[in-house]
Amino acid sequence: MFSAFMTDTWIVATIVAVVAGVVGFFVVLRGSAFVADALPTGAFAGAAGASLIGVNTLVGLTVFSLLGALGIGWLGRRSRHDVAVALALVAMLGLGALFLSFSVEYAPEIYSLLFGEVLGISVNEIAPVAVLGAACIAAILVMYRPLMLSSVMPELGEVRGVRAYRIEMCFLVVLALATSMALPVVGALLIFSLMIGPPAAARSVTDRPLLAMGLSVVLAVVTVWAAIAASYETNWPVGFFVGAIGAACYAAGRGWAALRQARMARSGGPAGARADRVPA
Amino acid sequence: MMTKQRAASGRDRQDRRDTREDVLIVDGVSARLGGREVLHDVRFTIRPGEFVGLIGSNGAGKTTLLRVILGLVPPAAGKVRVHGNGIGYVPQKIELDPDMPLRARDLVGLGLDGNRLGFPLPSRSRRKLVDEMLRAVDAEHIGNARVGRLSGGEQQRILIAHALISRPGLLLLDEPLANLDIASEQEVVALLARIAREQRIAVLISAHEMNPLLPVMDRIVYLAAGRAASGPTDEVVRGEVLSELYARHVDVIHVHGRVLVVAGRGDGLDIPLDPAAPAAS
Amino acid sequence: MNHVLTAIVEPGFFGSEPVHVALLIGGVVAVVSGIIGTFTVMRGQSYAGHALADISVTGGSGSFLIGISPLWGFAGTSVAAAGVMDLIGVRRPRGRDLATGIVRGAGLGLGALFLYWDTTHTSTTGATVTILFGSMFTIDSSIIPVVVAFSLAAVGIVAALYRPLLLSSASSDLAVVRGIRVRTTGALCLVAIALAVSLSALTIGAILSTALLVGPAATALRLTARPALVMIWSALIGLAATWLGILLAFDSYYWPPERQGWPVSFFVVALVLAFYLLAQALPAGRGGKPGRG
Repeated sequence: MFSAFMTDTWIVATIVAVVAGVVGFFVVLRGSAFVADALPTGAFAGAAGASLIGVNTLVGLTVFSLLGALGIGWLGRRSRHDVAVALALVAMLGLGALFLSFSVEYAPEIYSLLFGEVLGISVNEIAPVAVLGAACIAAILVMYRPLMLSSVMPELGEVRGVRAYRIEMCFLVVLALATSMALPVVGALLIFSLMIGPPAAARSVTDRPLLAMGLSVVLAVVTVWAAIAASYETNWPVGFFVGAIGAACYAAGRGWAALRQARMARSGGPAGARADRVPA
Repeated sequence: MMTKQRAASGRDRQDRRDTREDVLIVDGVSARLGGREVLHDVRFTIRPGEFVGLIGSNGAGKTTLLRVILGLVPPAAGKVRVHGNGIGYVPQKIELDPDMPLRARDLVGLGLDGNRLGFPLPSRSRRKLVDEMLRAVDAEHIGNARVGRLSGGEQQRILIAHALISRPGLLLLDEPLANLDIASEQEVVALLARIAREQRIAVLISAHEMNPLLPVMDRIVYLAAGRAASGPTDEVVRGEVLSELYARHVDVIHVHGRVLVVAGRGDGLDIPLDPAAPAAS
Repeated sequence: MNHVLTAIVEPGFFGSEPVHVALLIGGVVAVVSGIIGTFTVMRGQSYAGHALADISVTGGSGSFLIGISPLWGFAGTSVAAAGVMDLIGVRRPRGRDLATGIVRGAGLGLGALFLYWDTTHTSTTGATVTILFGSMFTIDSSIIPVVVAFSLAAVGIVAALYRPLLLSSASSDLAVVRGIRVRTTGALCLVAIALAVSLSALTIGAILSTALLVGPAATALRLTARPALVMIWSALIGLAATWLGILLAFDSYYWPPERQGWPVSFFVVALVLAFYLLAQALPAGRGGKPGRG
């Protein structure tokens, strides 16, 4: 699996994992779980449509996930957020189903788009993926402080001139781009696990944001490497391993947090007392 | 001097009354939250039709005490006895989606039978009762509006109607005045006083400011750092009683019919009291 | 006149046996989804419904492996997942969403594996498409009794728990004080959602079933404020979308591309979305006087 043939896959996968780790950190922070879940499915429709008309799937992916992001942002303002996201998501999926039904390669195509494909990466995909990845990371770096502020304390952010809506849209766009990158490797339905499991685990281990982000990246990279290796060996879908390892990360994080809680409660020191916010 | 004062009266001031017709008896209740003692040996009683204010700052233990009375939190010591037809509870506010399909009259109706299985059969008498309750809280004109779209004050009145419809013996309100402007404050207080009087329902309101309630309050339960003093307002809100409660020197100042509780010794370091500070020596 | 009629309803529609089955099962499922969906949206559990639907992919693909109707697989896994989600039972909505997503991811991953085995080990073709996008026109009529049973169970749960559910959705404090077991009520509601989702997974596919669950209910919410009416409207809208979708899918056999027909699930979802967007265009004041300020 370390042949030249697979090098491209490893490179792309690593870039994808790094971006997923960074972006995922904010997804968890902002509680945008549902949105992060919905965008890839929109992207799926784009990929299906693109393959139908013979355009590069990455282009179709990006266009549709951007459309999805904007749509969610717009719809989310007008009515209940979770319903809007659910409907946007499902509409995109339906569209994707339609596009795919027109193409000849219906079932296998669907499968690899939804669950990931190890062998699907070609050398001319490295450049666009790298560019997208760099763009995402750069955007996050530039937006770091207002993003943190509006994620954690939206009202405080508003006071300092950070318009929550604008930040939300920017973040959604970054999320859309990250999604487009990750989809060919991991599959639409499992991108989410990659973006949630590692950061959730990282958050349980440390409270310091930069450290958590770093840990999240490391875990994401490890996840993707392990998933690709396992998929290569067994021929089982990459998505399966990502889902399983993502869940394992999350469970490990929860377990660690519980252990720490128990240890602190037993020692009963000031840290323990302070940790409990007592409502009166 | 502080320590001597505390040792002198082992128990905070309580009034001793005949407890036979009480609606609520709180008997030596202590409570712990997260390992910390939040309430210590709280005792008081309430009679039908009485209007009682539970006064204390944030952190003093009001919400915990209310939750113990409601049975949501088991006390670490002591017990609570409720006689009569149960408690009507009005929470501070409920976060409701503006789209939520629940009209004001639906929520009030649920106060009657919200815990029963199945559908409420549309009956004339049920509808009449709901209308009556809406009228009693001056909310007839918003009966068909979605609860999630009402203003804070309107929502509160609906919650009161919801609590009242089952004819409880005690109406318990958690900080109803907290986010209201002065005019609305006065309206709600007048409304509640009227309900207490006309329907012989005991009313227990928690608040961090006692002044809006002074005109209508029969008795007060004053809570500071988990300990309570209860009785008629003018007997409890006095310098010596509150000093004992806070375990520091406290003055009670009357200005134009309002009451100000101030800590400090007049040496330029006077501060309006922050009762959330634990009673440290 | 005849010409217009045949343009709308292609010949053979009413005589076709698969269409009969589709109309019946599709109809029942739509009504159930509409009713249960009302509570789903009311309680802000759209994501949970979506997650349950995705998790049911695992069961559906598993059932292909052992050769039983996918409905059993859908129902089995989603009800089990509902139990797990309730056990994990994180209080704060954000934590809950995270946990939901992780379980969903793991479940989907497993489903991917099963589907892979389906295509490589068994001789059944089209497992992927059937599971993911439904089998409205190829449902075996022997499954009808099971559909009815699940439907009655799901609707029965929310009918029995109608009042406690309403009250605990409004305020869990108020509900607890009245002696309602909020946790149990919520768990049972989740089971009802799981059943509804499994049923619509059968007709329009696991990953699209959220549309029937959430769309009609959200649409109905814009039309009226009375809880009972919302449920009725929601059921009717879902029914309309499904039946129209079946009709259009049948007609589309005659549309380009050559004699293939467009997927019925696409039409149903598109119609649900269309109704939803139409309702959004209605003035917001509908169904309740806005409050002061």
